[in-house]
Amino acid sequence: MSIEFRKDLFADERDDNLNEIGKPKLRQDIEGHVTGRTAYYDDHLFDGLLHMRCLRSPHHHARVRSVDVAEAERMAGVRRVVRPADVPSNLNTLLSLIGFGKDDEQLLSDPVVRYRGEPILAIIADTEAIARSACAAVRVDWEVLPHVLDVEEAIAPGAPSVNPAYPDNTFTYAPYDHVKLRFGDVAAGFAQADHIVEAEYEMSPIEQAPMETCGAIAAPETADRFVCHTGTQALFFSLGTTAKLLDIASSRLHFIGGTVGGGFGGKVDSITEPMAVLGAMLTGRPVKFQWDRMEEMQVGAPRGAERWRIKDGVMADGRIVARQFTGFFDAGAYTRLSSYAGHKGTGHLPGPYTIPNVASNVFCVFTNRTPATAMRGFGITGVDFALECHMDRVAEAVGVDPVSLRILNAYRDGDMKAHRRSAKNCALVECCQVAAGKAGWGLSAQDMAASSLTGTTAARAAIPETALDDEGQEGARRAGRCASADPAPGTRRLPAGVQGRAMAAVPVQRPDMQILAERIGHKIPEGGPAPAAAPTAPARLPNDPAAAAPGPALPAAAADPAPVPPAAAPTPPAVPEPTAPYAPEKPFSRGVKRPGVSRFLSGSRRR
Amino acid sequence: MTRHSGRGFACINYPIGMNLGGDPAQALVHSTPDGKFMVTLSAIDLGQGMKSVTRQIAAEALGVPLADVYVDTADSDTGPHDMGSFASRGTHRVGNAVIRAASEARAQMMEAAAEELEVSAQDLDTDGAGNIHVKGAPSRQITVADTAIAAQFKQGRTLSGRGIFLIEPSGVDPDTGEMSPVTTYAHAALIVDLDVDDETGEVEVTQINSAYEVGRALNPKLVEQQLIGGAWMGVSHALYETTEPYYPDRSHGPEDFNTYLMPGPGEIVPHDIAVLERPAADAPYGGKGPGEMCANPVLPAVANAVYNAVGVRVDKLPITPEKILRGIRTNGGARPGPRRPGV
Repeated sequence: MSIEFRKDLFADERDDNLNEIGKPKLRQDIEGHVTGRTAYYDDHLFDGLLHMRCLRSPHHHARVRSVDVAEAERMAGVRRVVRPADVPSNLNTLLSLIGFGKDDEQLLSDPVVRYRGEPILAIIADTEAIARSACAAVRVDWEVLPHVLDVEEAIAPGAPSVNPAYPDNTFTYAPYDHVKLRFGDVAAGFAQADHIVEAEYEMSPIEQAPMETCGAIAAPETADRFVCHTGTQALFFSLGTTAKLLDIASSRLHFIGGTVGGGFGGKVDSITEPMAVLGAMLTGRPVKFQWDRMEEMQVGAPRGAERWRIKDGVMADGRIVARQFTGFFDAGAYTRLSSYAGHKGTGHLPGPYTIPNVASNVFCVFTNRTPATAMRGFGITGVDFALECHMDRVAEAVGVDPVSLRILNAYRDGDMKAHRRSAKNCALVECCQVAAGKAGWGLSAQDMAASSLTGTTAARAAIPETALDDEGQEGARRAGRCASADPAPGTRRLPAGVQGRAMAAVPVQRPDMQILAERIGHKIPEGGPAPAAAPTAPARLPNDPAAAAPGPALPAAAADPAPVPPAAAPTPPAVPEPTAPYAPEKPFSRGVKRPGVSRFLSGSRRR
Repeated sequence: MTRHSGRGFACINYPIGMNLGGDPAQALVHSTPDGKFMVTLSAIDLGQGMKSVTRQIAAEALGVPLADVYVDTADSDTGPHDMGSFASRGTHRVGNAVIRAASEARAQMMEAAAEELEVSAQDLDTDGAGNIHVKGAPSRQITVADTAIAAQFKQGRTLSGRGIFLIEPSGVDPDTGEMSPVTTYAHAALIVDLDVDDETGEVEVTQINSAYEVGRALNPKLVEQQLIGGAWMGVSHALYETTEPYYPDRSHGPEDFNTYLMPGPGEIVPHDIAVLERPAADAPYGGKGPGEMCANPVLPAVANAVYNAVGVRVDKLPITPEKILRGIRTNGGARPGPRRPGV
């Protein structure tokens, strides 16, 4: 084990003489952690604490015909059976807090369950053991329904419908049932390529595996409020979700957390908090709701499964001239955060490479499995696995050294990315060079001379004419009107150079909040490091126009001659400009309905 | 039985902050009467060091010693809104909010000190050790503590600041996928060496060499811990972990740590790391979030090394002994690939 800090690289962009930044200072909370005195949510054990457990579906998809709780209710120590009807506003979707997606999930489900482990009622008892026994004593008459577990079976015509909010089993990215990415014309790129390399990759669900399982302890507080000690990763997400589901003003909730025993993405879903607060509301007593390890692993949302098909068109020298993706995020039965992965994964394509023709279709698919959610690398980890395995396949197909292939295709400052924003602040080439150097993986002089700062050209910086299609309208796939999930051939063309405005940070609201220019610790001119230097040292094969923009559709890319400087870097504008109220150029396609309005309305205002 | 060595490479970039923006973070900073500073947040410390990195950022931006700053998070009654600790947004979003709040508090502090020293605030600087002095005349100085006492009890002035940081929210064009996903990216490249046993299919990762570009190592120890732990998680994801071993079939799902396979302390891989720092223009002191991205290059690098070792492309994670053995059998035996440079 060793670590070195390569201060020699990018040294002219940094101020390394700071007082506290860059110093290996001890953590503020380390003494509490190593002596076992740090308080986590589970250390707030109130007098008279009650315990809540859920009764869960043993089926992938079923309807509850009837529930008999008579025996459970008679058990000594059972305080309350909590039914779906006890949840005041029993339908939500996590990202409704930012106005994205339809409400599609109940806190306690009635009458249909859509994954194995879905809760249909909860029992609050004096001890956890009694609550467990009482759940075991509930008798449920299940009508088992047909289910679907595979993402591509789920989008086929005739598949069982999983989630009534999305009856076609795909999240809606209106007007399509998938996220499209179109840049250039992949068909033209494939036609031009010397090799076609295709493969399919898959990642199974993965558990976040925090030492501390998800949970919350809620108790009535004075002034008609409830306190909730929680291990959430997102305090106000959990607070807002609780206010919505329980239909109470957010001002009646007092959430305390901040010190968490590991999260890795699995503690954003905000299920245990509304359950615990609901228990405290219904009993007037402190209530703890905590997943055991089995629930954490099989009921708590994992990192979702992904399936990716990649098709590359490659020139004999290793330049990738076209890359096509078809991707499936397996959301499980409900949306949670998977809808976001569709956008995030798409924005990540085609990886950190400059490829002149890119197309992708990315689906967020509902199946009868445990809902998926965030985990470290969310929306990216599975994509990177596919991309980098595929790069090795390409290297083998063309007989180029795998590291050299990456450097050849790596994105450089000023290059245009497939999502139509300029690359800046790149460092992939340098990472390749340094890692190879550490492992003694020798690179050619040409590869060692490459730099992220140089190499862009007018063609690499330009947005090409783009082939578009209208395949995959919402509902068409289920009706059998879509031949394939893969990107369809273009039916119309978007002129070269079409680009909207790059989003950036909102400036400070008062000048005093702006850090002084001499104190920001880096020396990057606004707009990134001098793109003017770029054209003087082009990337490899600069004389071959096909290097950057192949295909017959190469339009007058020169209409946009210089690399467009990246959008204004917000830190530090010398003088903060007055902030105009934010106005979108067109309606938000991800469903933000009222820009400028707080995304954290209280429960009562949301009504 | 033979153990075959393999070497694999992968490189990645990683988006910093919530995709498409719209994820604000706020911070409040105020001084106690004797010149200590409280930073109030709703950020979550999952063990990644949120409290520590925001404390360092606040101390740097205020120009006071680290020991004089304390971070209080997350109580919804006192901490201002923050979206949460996910999407590699903590350092970038909260760190920027803290800089803004600390900068406003610092401006107040310098005004208060200027009044005491009877000079212009523009002529003052901090020494980072708890003193404010006239630039070029270090003997004309006042302590931060005396400044705070004077501000509070004599001048009637608060040394406090508010900060919010928001990347404006945006959408995705449904026809082209045009979007502004994030404003900056971290980078990594990584080489994995491993052995594959062609009788058992077992993989032993023997060495990792890596380069991680993190913008700025705000706290080098915290960065080191993240990178070592994260790369180890990457090995675990590559070779062991899943809740559904026969996905999409749901059978054989593990329910505890006896059946959910993860590497133990004995499988910690020797890992030699180089950290690169290319500061991002809109990041606090240039720092990007190293925590999420560090596992990502390990998965494909392991897969590529397994292929290099025995000629089996396992394209479905995790890369279990069962899948490797089935691949070797399909190929009619192990087919070691070309010896990679440096082996």
